[in-house]
Amino acid sequence: MIRLLLLFVPLAVMLGAFVWIASLDPLRSFNNGAPPVEALTVERTILDETGIQILVRAGGSEAMQIAQVAVDDAYWTFTQAPPGAVARGTAVWVRIPYPWVLGEAHRVALLSNTGTAFEHEIAVAVPTPKATAGQLRIQALVGAIVGLLPVALGLMFYPAMRGVGRTGMNFLLALTVGLLAFLLIDMTLEALELSAGAAALFQGSAMVWLTALACFLLLMAIGRWRGQPEGLALAFYIALGIGLHNFGEGLAIGGAFAAGSAGLGTFLVLGFALHNVTEGIGIAAPMLRIRPPLWTFAALTLLAGGPAVLGMWTGSLAYAPQWSALALAVGAGAILQVMVEVSAYLMRQNSDRQAALFSPAVLGGFLGGLAFMYATAALIKV
Amino acid sequence: MAGHDMSAMPTDPYAAPMPGMAHGNMTTVGVVDHDRNGFDPTTMLTEWETGLTDLLPDGRTLRTFEVAAIDREIEIAPGIFFPAWTFNDRVPGPALRAKEGERLRIIFRNYGSHPHSMHFHGIHSARMDGVPGAGLIGPGEEFIYEFDAKPFGCHLYHCHALPLKRHIHKGMYGLFVIDPDPARHPENAAVAASRVLGSPENARWQELAMVMNAFDINFDGANEIYAVNTVGQAYMNAPIRIDKSRPVRIYLVNVTEFDPINSLHLHANFFDYYDTGTTLTPTLRTVDLIMQCQAQRGILEFSFAEHEDGMYMFHAHQSEFTELGWVGMFDVRGPEA
Repeated sequence: MIRLLLLFVPLAVMLGAFVWIASLDPLRSFNNGAPPVEALTVERTILDETGIQILVRAGGSEAMQIAQVAVDDAYWTFTQAPPGAVARGTAVWVRIPYPWVLGEAHRVALLSNTGTAFEHEIAVAVPTPKATAGQLRIQALVGAIVGLLPVALGLMFYPAMRGVGRTGMNFLLALTVGLLAFLLIDMTLEALELSAGAAALFQGSAMVWLTALACFLLLMAIGRWRGQPEGLALAFYIALGIGLHNFGEGLAIGGAFAAGSAGLGTFLVLGFALHNVTEGIGIAAPMLRIRPPLWTFAALTLLAGGPAVLGMWTGSLAYAPQWSALALAVGAGAILQVMVEVSAYLMRQNSDRQAALFSPAVLGGFLGGLAFMYATAALIKV
Repeated sequence: MAGHDMSAMPTDPYAAPMPGMAHGNMTTVGVVDHDRNGFDPTTMLTEWETGLTDLLPDGRTLRTFEVAAIDREIEIAPGIFFPAWTFNDRVPGPALRAKEGERLRIIFRNYGSHPHSMHFHGIHSARMDGVPGAGLIGPGEEFIYEFDAKPFGCHLYHCHALPLKRHIHKGMYGLFVIDPDPARHPENAAVAASRVLGSPENARWQELAMVMNAFDINFDGANEIYAVNTVGQAYMNAPIRIDKSRPVRIYLVNVTEFDPINSLHLHANFFDYYDTGTTLTPTLRTVDLIMQCQAQRGILEFSFAEHEDGMYMFHAHQSEFTELGWVGMFDVRGPEA
């Protein structure tokens, strides 16, 4: 009872202090008449036969008013949904019946009532893909080629890999860690870059780092629920981490499709596929000592490659930088967890743990994984 | 808009366009609250500040104007507010009008937050120049500019405090017209008389005061809103009524900051132009476009007497300026329509 009271007193004081500050407004004396800080972030752009539509999020210190819209230095009619002032943190659709020109650049300027102009560049104007069955099928096909196909191909090395001895096993596991290390860095940078384009209130880089850390800790805890994962369990964790990465990759490709900034050629798709073959090998590595049923291969392929398709759809239909960054951050955390677990598994497989870590097979595998990923990534960077 | 009956319009494809049809969706959205602004671009067209007159011992007229500098937020396009510095609460400031040879006295009071001045284009002594050290006054101070009205023409005045760019683009400028004295120009007395505000010869003219200006609303050194008399697209939303039986005379001055040149193009018509307004014969005849450097000005004269009724556009022929607000319509009809 006493302890409850002791808890209640500081709570009551805290509440009283908040009420006091809010009612007295002691910060009033700092008001120097400067206009409120305003921020507008364009999250999505849709170009179609009705013109230009943009999803705009307000992130200023107060609600703000979009007074006029100019496209390419011309005032243009527009409608806003919902109308009125845009409250901090909320997003509105601005629809502009502007006759955009295929393949050309356009500049949209949103003018607030204080006269601040927020510019949004449409680098290459192309019609935004619509959610038609045909579009979704094509995207699913591309997603399958960059996600499912290479994982399946990598897993097909499984029978050949089974014969390897201790050294070969070490090499393959280290190769897995190497490829994951590349993905970790690649994804983190990608997430940070995306988050920089998001509204300030999402606190881009803090969100990315904290999400990755939280995800890593959660997956470690779940993974170690029943001892250290190995064999099939470890393979599933790797597949999950890679799946999240492929989701991010799908988002990027889908987003690029939607923004019209990438004409995704056959060569590029093949580059992605080649790049991802290592992923299948990596997933197979920890299962070499066991004899998993055939369905697990199908499940692993779906888990690791399927998200590429989902990512493609999401990226092209509901692209917003902060959500993409969030997905990639989750993936980065997951990949870090898998790296730790695979490394732990690798060390457990060898009696002399220290020596094994710097053996030629392990070092070679790790660096080989990095090099392969780096080299194949170069093919697909545009 | 303008009370036209659409169904009465002929289906002739060459018929004049109606307001709102001409530029389709290329327009600002909403309307400016002229009452809140305290000035209306439409009334500004015909509003001349003639001050108070008195007779000097030598028989000349002494004309006294009172002008105050006031900080004021104005709406320059629907929903867009600009923290302006004004002369007499309006942008552009009052269109001062005097007659050649008069003695002018301008009592200038600075109620603003910065030092300001009035620098008149015209002929006067150095002490009356409105530059630092000669009539530039601090907040709360007063100065009286005094000089003779010469030469006749279409001039301007503006604040000459430093930094000059900011003081001008904040709104501190206005028309300063000196009408010619017919007695001093016997060879062109009729033309001169037609320019004297309030004379019988002047009565048939439709005179319009137009100041081409622009606003840099985000202070990035480039303009976001272009206009005549401050409000972007004001004369698209409220076309200027022109009685086609009477000739039109426009006093035009360019005070656009940041862009070196502005221009005026008249649709479907040509005009005579008097550069700086200091001549009684046109300096350019039968043109449909003139350009003006900053502070350049002149008088345009034209007539729609032979035209069919309709909406006739005028705008800057820098299409960028047009699309950012500097565009308007003449609603041309007979006196009875």
